Amino acid sequence: MADVTFTVDGKKLTAPAGTLLIEACKAAGIEVPAFCYYPHLAVQAACRMCTVRLEKVPKLQTACTTPVTEGMVVYTDTDEVRQARKATIELLLGNHPLDCPVCDKGGECELQDMTFKYGAGESKYVEIKQHRDEQQWSPVVYYDRPRCILCYRCVAVCGAGMDVWALAVESRGARSVIAPNGSDHLNCEECGMCIDICPVGALTSDTYRYHTRPWEMNHVATVCTHCGDGCKTTLGVRTAADGSEIIRGNNRDKSGMNGDFLCIKGRYAFDFANHTERLTKPLVRQADGKLAPVSWEEALDFAARGLREARDAKGGKAIGVIGSNRTTNEENYLLQKFARSVLGTNNIDHHRTADYAAFAAALKGHAGREASLRDFVTAPAILLLGNDPTEQHPALAWQLRTNVRLNHARIYVANHRDIKLRRQAKAAVTLPQTGYAQFVEYLAGKDGAFKGDDATAAFRNAVKKEESLLIAFGSEFRGRDIQALVAFGLSLPNVKFACLGDYANSRGAADMGVLPDLLPGYVPVDKAAQFAGEYGNSLPAEPGLDLVQMFDAAGRGELAAMYVVGANPVARYGIDAAALKDTFLVVQDMFLTETAVLADVVFPAANLYEKAGTVTNTYGDLQLVKKAADKAGTRADFELIVRLAEKMGAAPKSMVPFGRGVRADVGQTRGAQSGEADRHAVWLVAHHLELKLSPFDPFAIFDEIQRLVPAYNVPRLNLLAGNDEHLKSELVQIDTGATRRDMVLPANDGLYTSGTLGNYSAKLKEVLASHTTVTKPAETAAD
Amino acid sequence: MATEKKTIFSPELAARFDKLVTLYPMRRSALVPMLLYAQDEVGYISKEVVAEVAERLGLRENDVESVLSYYSMLRTKPAGKYNVQVCTNISCMLRDGYGILEHCKKRLGIDHKEVTADGLFSLEEVECIGACCWAPAIQVNYDFYDELTPEKMDQILDDYKAGRGKETV
Repeated sequence: MADVTFTVDGKKLTAPAGTLLIEACKAAGIEVPAFCYYPHLAVQAACRMCTVRLEKVPKLQTACTTPVTEGMVVYTDTDEVRQARKATIELLLGNHPLDCPVCDKGGECELQDMTFKYGAGESKYVEIKQHRDEQQWSPVVYYDRPRCILCYRCVAVCGAGMDVWALAVESRGARSVIAPNGSDHLNCEECGMCIDICPVGALTSDTYRYHTRPWEMNHVATVCTHCGDGCKTTLGVRTAADGSEIIRGNNRDKSGMNGDFLCIKGRYAFDFANHTERLTKPLVRQADGKLAPVSWEEALDFAARGLREARDAKGGKAIGVIGSNRTTNEENYLLQKFARSVLGTNNIDHHRTADYAAFAAALKGHAGREASLRDFVTAPAILLLGNDPTEQHPALAWQLRTNVRLNHARIYVANHRDIKLRRQAKAAVTLPQTGYAQFVEYLAGKDGAFKGDDATAAFRNAVKKEESLLIAFGSEFRGRDIQALVAFGLSLPNVKFACLGDYANSRGAADMGVLPDLLPGYVPVDKAAQFAGEYGNSLPAEPGLDLVQMFDAAGRGELAAMYVVGANPVARYGIDAAALKDTFLVVQDMFLTETAVLADVVFPAANLYEKAGTVTNTYGDLQLVKKAADKAGTRADFELIVRLAEKMGAAPKSMVPFGRGVRADVGQTRGAQSGEADRHAVWLVAHHLELKLSPFDPFAIFDEIQRLVPAYNVPRLNLLAGNDEHLKSELVQIDTGATRRDMVLPANDGLYTSGTLGNYSAKLKEVLASHTTVTKPAETAAD
Repeated sequence: MATEKKTIFSPELAARFDKLVTLYPMRRSALVPMLLYAQDEVGYISKEVVAEVAERLGLRENDVESVLSYYSMLRTKPAGKYNVQVCTNISCMLRDGYGILEHCKKRLGIDHKEVTADGLFSLEEVECIGACCWAPAIQVNYDFYDELTPEKMDQILDDYKAGRGKETV
């Protein structure tokens, strides 16, 4: 819309017509305080805190509901306005308990801050405050009624934002309360958005309440370790007896791609890190057949000896390596480098949750065709094929809902299930479970491929008419189906794609070549010249065994050794324990999982919240992971791989090209303070200085990744500053993705499960148990 | 569609609701009139009424309850057969509306929002009923009685008790 000019406090301002006055003031650096107003949610004008004086208008007006107009003259800082704010706060405090010293919100409370800045030092009210007991609404949500100032933000975010509609206002006037949909409990998605958005301490979470004060924590913004969306979560960490402990997860740092959003896993499922069964000592199987704790040196020697003997006696082909979906790109890269150049094997794989190789092959040479998670909040139209983002990609579902609400985006859903996002869809088609490929053929114009009716024909016409479209597809699409889908998409103008896989770094594991037939960047193993040159030795050129073949080989007694990093294939693939009885098994993990109990050596590993590096979400957005917590007795997988390689006779410098004669600790050991080191790194890079100082420095490997994997050669500074960088997927050099076995096994996680890791989150298990029945989709019209 | 479904309302009211929801740009705008009509037929807003109204309007039950709990004229418990509503707003107050209220309380042995044991009468103190010229005034169900004195009040209650009262609902 056209710009209008108006005056606020004597300053001439310009903003597009229709801009809300409160936003226009904010953009100009003029603070208009408010409680109920929250950007991008429906305006309420409930709290009366943002009232300002408009010239020629008889009464004070709420800035949150007033659009700016040409020639408008506004005063936000007169005695009258100040007095109005003071009176509003006095009224709000009329029944608000002054329990700030024990309130969770104390120290970061909007009411506290506003009282400090605008409020009255004393009150005219002498009436006794009406106390009402707090209520527990769910395993995560508590409601303290007297603290509530009835701003309705929670109601708005739960309804319009989450499309859950679990909260409502009941009664009126002084008796008003926020009420949950289950009369005394919540039937909802347990996302905790209501707690995050609450300006006061009325809604608090079970994981954080009465645990600590905000100023006692360090706040580290890092990437969530759970699903493939890569949301930024802010972890509040505090020094503990055995390192530093995560006390809270929330969305304090809203700079991530997830915007305002976090789901239950990003917010509360950090507790696996503090689980009592966490391994903190290396274990080695003794003569009596039992695992017993030993020193690091002994365990590393033992593991290296076992792997070396297997390699020397039977060759690399008798060794298998299984990588992780939750380790960093640097660790994944290093693991494949270790497997190929030290163990001499291409038998390396991971639990694949999407066919990223076929996707990369289909997109080869097409620049700018991969959608970032950010694109889903602005795209005018989205075609969603398969998957259930509400359960499997909660941030994507949030982006889509937000896009529909704010920009009237058109969403087309084709799915074999009745997924919740159909409520936002412009059109939806139900497919048979195996009918996705045929439906794409049908979309592409082959009428006979799919038995359509008028509705599917209209769906196809509408999709084809879109001038700009994002296509997101789930693991229902693999191999040739992906190629066909991409070919169809490329026949339309301005199409971008997203391949939806599970877990924090499944994409990174595939991109980094934790695959038997493909090197980092999807380079086939028989075209390894560039890598061999960099690694300084020859690499096996024959494709290796995939995950299932490895266990088959083990069962036949042909696999002498196996190295499993951060994975639990025994449980995930239902492997018979007997298959591994003749295999020397080395496992790195946080817990004694179904796989680890069978191992000869178990190394206690750090998790993604306890290390630095990068991860790639399923949309190809690369992000920095910062070290938040610390657990004494554990080591990062990165360090373990380097040390194992060294014990096997590899030079650490050939593994990690670090150092130029300088050695120093630049933060790896600093735990929660590593944010400082990261900032230091930003400074160094800005001054054309680079850090490559320690053999455990993931950024030394990241250098190598950027040299060898063109798609990852993104600007470094922005990444180090904590922002996401989208990969240049067009630079991937891959010949064929369609003829290989895709081996995709979707995680099928819901909102309250997260693979093996989820089993160790007490909070997720508690919530799962409380949701014995599946939550019914909301019934409110989505208008 | 809606008429084929099982309803807890009479066929006439169900038909009325079917039409009502078509009269507004958004279905849910029919919520308050539906609750009032339902209350007249059922006597109060039961859980079943909430459920059916929510379903008819495509709302969740807690949305209906939000509105329901806001309005004091919507009841969630049965009232007496004759609901005596005594106005105590300014005009009535000045003409001893509170005296009438106290008299009713004593005479019926019940307090504000209570029901007599036989279920015949219930008592409510209400805001202005728009009969200021003839204050003090009361309303029994939908019928007005004004310029009251305790004696007139007794007569009215006696008439209702004896079955001589107006039988409008």
